[in-house]
Amino acid sequence: MADTGKDLEVRKEQSPLQAESTRARQVFIPRTDIIEKSDSIVLVADMPGVDERNIDIILEKGVLTIYGAVDAAYHQDYRVAYAEYGIGDYRRSFRVTDEIDQDKIEATVKNGVLRLILPKAEQEKPKKITVKTG
Amino acid sequence: MLIPGFREFDWMQDVRLELDRMQREVGRLFSGTSIPYSQRFPAINVWSKEDNVLVTVEVPGVDPKKIDISVEGDVMTLSGSRVHEELGEGEIYHRQERPHGSFRKSVRLPFRADGNKVEASYQNGILTIKLPRVESDKPRKIAIKSE
Repeated sequence: MADTGKDLEVRKEQSPLQAESTRARQVFIPRTDIIEKSDSIVLVADMPGVDERNIDIILEKGVLTIYGAVDAAYHQDYRVAYAEYGIGDYRRSFRVTDEIDQDKIEATVKNGVLRLILPKAEQEKPKKITVKTG
Repeated sequence: MLIPGFREFDWMQDVRLELDRMQREVGRLFSGTSIPYSQRFPAINVWSKEDNVLVTVEVPGVDPKKIDISVEGDVMTLSGSRVHEELGEGEIYHRQERPHGSFRKSVRLPFRADGNKVEASYQNGILTIKLPRVESDKPRKIAIKSE
């Protein structure tokens, strides 16, 4: 349990998106499916109201953050008669391990659903590290 | 104090949405009957005006052609289904939070709507349905004549 707490603390510092937002909006955690395939991990998130222009995907220090900004969802001149959902942005972070090839992540948005394909890194490939002379 | 990007109107609507939603949640909590999420999908908001009503529905990932909308008096019913991804050999779900399956949901409108004049549009996973009030039910202005 202590470990989890520490992890969360570190994550807060790592991602600049965790900071206080300048937008006066609520932020929701999108419902997400995670599917493991033989060569990739697929992440599917429900983000109604979001299109490809207002979505940010940031990979920083092993943490993948998805952020979707929702605009123009209010209806001027109308009164709220009944409400089941609130209107706001979406944000969620995931820890990405070295198992994923972090340079080849693909993202698509369709009908308010974000789909991320995280290809698995080829384990066989030995990592080459060039040593520079000092 | 001036807050950048702050508009009073939006803020007011935000508060109303949240209060209405919370009131419903609390009511559910005390009545002891919690509705499973699958039956709550999709989430619906209703916006009203004097002569028409807007119903907005969060249905991400659903083909709008496969959603049925029907109106009877002041009750609007939505039905359809959301399919989840078919898994291939050796593929597994690590997490499955998005609801799937068929849904059917009714919502009572503030007045009777004209089922023949319903307009619906779908954008980025949000279905917007505009329902006009039945002509004969519209509020009438009565002019007062002066002698």
